[in-house]
Amino acid sequence: MPSPENKVATDNPGSDISLEIHDLTVAYHKKPVLWGIDLVVPRGKLVGIVGPNGAGKSTLIKAAMGLLPISSGWVKVFGEPVKKNLTRIGYVPQRESVDWDFPVSVMDVVLMGRYGHLGLLRRPSKQDRDIARECLDKVKMLPYANRQISNLSGGQQQRVFLARALAQESDLYFMDEPFAGVDAATEAAIVELLHELKSRGKTLMVVHHDLPTARRYFDSLLLLNMRVVAFGPTDQVFTHDLLQSTYGGRLTILSEVAEAVRAKE
Amino acid sequence: MELEKHMGGTRNRQTMTANLGAHAMRAERAPLSHVFSLLSLLLCLLCPSSGHAARIGDLVETDLAEQALRFFTFQDPAVRYALLGSMLLGITCGLLGGFIVVRKMALVGDALSHAVLPGVALGFLWNMSKDPVAIFVGAVLAGLLGAAAVHLIKHTTRLKEDTALGLVLASFFAVGICLVTMIQRLPNGNKSGIDKFLFGQAAAIGEGDVKLMLVATGLAVLMILLFYKEFLVTSFDAGFARSVGFPVQAIHYGLMLLLAFAVVIALQAVGVVLVSAMLITPAAAAYLLTDRMHRLLALAALFGLCAGALGAFLSFLRPNLPTGPLMVLAATAVFVLAFLFGPRHGVVARWWRRRSGAARIQRENTLKAVYHVLEAREFKGEGVSLRELAERRRETVEDARQQAVELRRHDFATLQQDGNAIYLTPEGWQRACAIVRNHRLWELYLTNAAHIAADHVHEDAEKIEHVLGEEVVRLIEKRLNYATHDPHGRAIPGLADLRRGEAPASPLPGATGYGRST
Repeated sequence: MPSPENKVATDNPGSDISLEIHDLTVAYHKKPVLWGIDLVVPRGKLVGIVGPNGAGKSTLIKAAMGLLPISSGWVKVFGEPVKKNLTRIGYVPQRESVDWDFPVSVMDVVLMGRYGHLGLLRRPSKQDRDIARECLDKVKMLPYANRQISNLSGGQQQRVFLARALAQESDLYFMDEPFAGVDAATEAAIVELLHELKSRGKTLMVVHHDLPTARRYFDSLLLLNMRVVAFGPTDQVFTHDLLQSTYGGRLTILSEVAEAVRAKE
Repeated sequence: MELEKHMGGTRNRQTMTANLGAHAMRAERAPLSHVFSLLSLLLCLLCPSSGHAARIGDLVETDLAEQALRFFTFQDPAVRYALLGSMLLGITCGLLGGFIVVRKMALVGDALSHAVLPGVALGFLWNMSKDPVAIFVGAVLAGLLGAAAVHLIKHTTRLKEDTALGLVLASFFAVGICLVTMIQRLPNGNKSGIDKFLFGQAAAIGEGDVKLMLVATGLAVLMILLFYKEFLVTSFDAGFARSVGFPVQAIHYGLMLLLAFAVVIALQAVGVVLVSAMLITPAAAAYLLTDRMHRLLALAALFGLCAGALGAFLSFLRPNLPTGPLMVLAATAVFVLAFLFGPRHGVVARWWRRRSGAARIQRENTLKAVYHVLEAREFKGEGVSLRELAERRRETVEDARQQAVELRRHDFATLQQDGNAIYLTPEGWQRACAIVRNHRLWELYLTNAAHIAADHVHEDAEKIEHVLGEEVVRLIEKRLNYATHDPHGRAIPGLADLRRGEAPASPLPGATGYGRST
C-alpha cells in the first residue's frame, strides 16, 4: 500500500528517517495481530495512528520499541537497530498500565525519564532533578511535584507521564492514547505540546482512538488494521474510501486466516 | 534483684513481663513501646499454662522470670543468636516484603515459602545433619524450582497465576511434609529438630545460622541500595523500564532470588507455614503509613526487626513455645495500630477528619445565619445579638452562645456586650459572604442551567455550598454571566462586599472568585 509520503521519504538520505519498519509481523499466542508492516517515517512528523479496536495500534508501537517479540521483519531507529538507540526514544504508555496508588511522588515518576540516560547503578544527579523540574513546569505540574501520584486527576496523571517523556529528551516519541480520559484543558495542552515538539524536529507516533479529532490534531495519519491501510498527510489519507477500508469489515479474510492459524496450533 | 520481690501471684508476673517488654522496645521506638507491652500482656493472658499456674506454683513462675532475666542479660549465647537472628530475618523480610506488596506479589511470597520445605528436608538428608549451608542451598533451589514451575504453568496453559501459585504451593508443601515425616522416622530423626521448620523455633538458631543470616541480610540490603532505582521503576512501570533498556526480566529474577533468601533465613525461626506473614505484614503496615517507597522500605524493615525481636523474646519465656506465630502476632499488632492510628489512612484519622469536617460545616452555617440577620436589616447597624441568631436558627440562646464562642475560637468573630453580641472579623465576614454566595450561585445554576424548579434547589445548595472550590465558583459565575441575584430575588454577595470587610450598605455585583479558596 504505497502512499505518497512513503515514496518521498525513501528518496531522502537515511539520516532524515527517524523510524523505518520493514515487513514487521507480530503474533500474540500464535495469532498474528500485525501482518507485514512497512513504514518509513521521516524526521519531524506528528503521526496519529488510528484504527478500530484490535487493529494492533499499541502492538505496533510496542513492537517498534522492542518491547514485544516479533515474528519477522526488522525495525530501525535513526538508521540503527532499536536497541542501539534506546536513549533517543521516548515512551508514554497507556495511563491505565500502572498502579496509581504506587508509593511514589510526581517528581519520582518524572525522574524515571532520566533513568535511560543514567543506565544501571547511577543515581539521578542535581542536573537530572533540574531537568525533571523544567519538564514538570512545561506541563504545568510543578506545584504538584511532591504529591503522591494517587491524588491526581486523570488529566494530571497524563501530564505527569508526558513530563516523564519530556525528561527523556528523546528524538522519537511513542505515545499510547495520551488523550484517553483527560479533561478538555489537558487535551488542548497536550496538542500544543505535541506541536511544539514537532517544531523542534522531534518525531511523534501517537496512538489515537478518536477519528474526528485525529483529523485536527495530526498532520500525518497512519491508518492501521492489522496491516497499514494508508500512511500519509492527513488531508490525503483522511478520505472516505480509506477510512472505510480501515474500519469497514473488509478485512474478514485476514482475520479468518489468523483464526485458522490459531486453531491449527 | 528487684524481679524476685514481685514473684507473688500470676497477676504480678504478667505485669512484670509486660514491663520488661516495654523496656526492651523503648530504645527502638518509643511510641510503640506501649503497644508491645500491651501485646505481651495479652499474650501472657492467652498463654495456656497460666490457667494452672497457681497449682504448679512457684516452679513455673521462677522459670519465667529466670528466662526473662536470661534473655535480657544476653549472657547466654543461645539468647544472643536467637535475638540477632530474629532481628536480621525481620529486616530482610521487611525490605523484600516492601517490594512484594507494591508489586502485588504477596501470594508469590506465600507460594515460595511453602515450596522451600522439600529443599530443607533434602538439605538435611544430604549429610544427615542440620548443616545451615546445605539446608540454605537446598531451600533456595527448591524455592526457585517452585517459582519456575509457576512460570511454566502460567505460560504454557490457560491457567492464571493464582491457580498456578495454589497448585505449586500445595504440591511442594505436600512433598516437604512427606520428607519431614520420613526423616523423623529415621534413627535419630526425632532429635533432628527438622520439625521446628514448620512453626519455627528461634532458640534453635545457632552460630552458623546467624553467620549465614548476616551474609544473606547484608547481601539483600546491599542489592537494594545499589539497585533501588531499577527495582523502583520495574515495580512501578515495567513497560517503560523495558523501553529505556533496563533488563526487566533479570531484575525480576534478582528480586525473586533475594526473596528466596529472605524466606530461607526466616525458616528456622518463623517456620514454613508463617514466613509469608513476616514478608507481608510489616510491609503492609508500612504501606498504610507512608506514600514514598524509600520510607516504606525503611519502616517495613523496622517493623520486621521489632516483630522479630519481640517474637524471639516471647517464645523464649517458655520452653517449646513456637516463635513463628508470636512474631507474626507482633507484626500483626503493628499492622492493627497502623490501620487504626495511621495519620493519613488510619480509621481514627479518617473519623477525625469527618468530625472536623462536620464542625466546619456547623461554623459555616452559623456564619451564614449571621449574614442572613444582617441582610434582613439591610446591613444597618453592627453586631448581631445572640437572641437574633438564636431566632434565625430556631435554637436556644444557649446554643447560639456556643456557636458564637466557636466562631471566636477560629477568629471569625469577636464577642462584645458581655458576649451577647457577635461582631464578625474581616475573616469571618469574608467566609460568610463566600458561603452565602456559594449557596445562591448554586441555586441559580440549578434553576438556570439544569432547569430545576426554584423551590427544589435550596436543600441541594445547603450541602453544595460547603464544598464548592474557587475554581468551580469561577466557572459557575462565568456560566451565569456574573448574575447578581439568586432565583428567589436575593442579592448574591460579590467581591465589592468582601473588600468592605464589614457589613456594607448593600451587596455589589461583579465578583470573580474570592481571592482565597473557601
